[in-house]
Amino acid sequence: MANLTVEVVSPEKRVWSGEASMVSARTLDGDLGILPNHAPLLGVLVDGKVKVKAVDGAEQEFEIHGGFISVANNRVSILGES
Amino acid sequence: MGAQLRIYRRRMRSVKATKKITKAMELISASRIVKAQQKVSASSPYARELTRAVTAVASYSNVNHPLTTESEKPIRAAVLIITADRGMAGAYSNAAIKEGDQLIELLKARGLSVNTYLVGRKAVNFYRFRNRKIANSWTGFSDNPTYKNAKAVSDELIKVFIADAQTDPNGVDELHIVYTEFVSMITQNPQAKRMLPLEVVESTATTGLLPMYEFEPNAGEVLNALLPRYIEARVFNAMLQSAASEHAARRRAMKSATDNADELIKSLTRLANAARQAEITQEISEIVGGADALASANAGSE
Repeated sequence: MANLTVEVVSPEKRVWSGEASMVSARTLDGDLGILPNHAPLLGVLVDGKVKVKAVDGAEQEFEIHGGFISVANNRVSILGES
Repeated sequence: MGAQLRIYRRRMRSVKATKKITKAMELISASRIVKAQQKVSASSPYARELTRAVTAVASYSNVNHPLTTESEKPIRAAVLIITADRGMAGAYSNAAIKEGDQLIELLKARGLSVNTYLVGRKAVNFYRFRNRKIANSWTGFSDNPTYKNAKAVSDELIKVFIADAQTDPNGVDELHIVYTEFVSMITQNPQAKRMLPLEVVESTATTGLLPMYEFEPNAGEVLNALLPRYIEARVFNAMLQSAASEHAARRRAMKSATDNADELIKSLTRLANAARQAEITQEISEIVGGADALASANAGSE
């Protein structure tokens, strides 16, 4: 199964990038779980934690304020202010 | 040692000390240019994704937003000018201020009144000295701006843009930014760009087809949240480029100061040598003249 290419960026630098099997985040509408081959999506994130389950099994957590998530073609971009 | 020689030596010592300082400033500025350029490239993934997202929302939905609507009868505009905090940067700050003045003339010719927002102590001093009105100013971070600084500035600017210019004396209908674009190490040009209202340009040539995004919770909310971020990112980019240009201008100015100091030292050295030799020659001729006079006095008395 394909993997997700995930990039977590802040306005000042790229915080993390890598391959992941799942990304979970919370938007204004509720919790989101992004798996490979998810439909394209642009969402506003609630301030809080975003979890990225990397391919090697490690779980990364990022504290995001004022963030967005953009999903397309198995590329996930998480933009946050901090 | 003659008086003239002492003067030359003193001048040489002071010019050499100055040269050390300007050389150090030149090297520091050179290293800071590189760091500033790195900051620009580190900030571009965020800016790129944000632009793609904004393009996606703008093209797939017909959402009107106060930040994109043009006023039919604009009466006031805001101009943000980015300059340096410290001097010794050659013509950097003055060029930006001059570009700002030209922009203000253009806007006034269109019938708009202008509120000026300043970044950098040089611009603040320039305006204060001439008793011009400043709407607001920020100083202390011109050579190393952070995203927080950009956010503070753009929050205020967005606020006055959204306010109704007719009723609120602070409200503006347009926002322009004057900054110095860093084209290369050698070329930096002051630029004036209109930031708000954002133009939604219909372009038939797209960089690859954008996927059909779903918007959570809905397109309007997404646009609401994205547009201020987009403005912040662009202000941040303008500040970063201006910082890089400031360091480049300072490096150039300090380099020519160092070269001039070198020239001065060379000519002073020559003058000092000439003075030293003239002194020696004078001493010798005094001795020879004295010995001669003594010899002829002795010969005469015999």
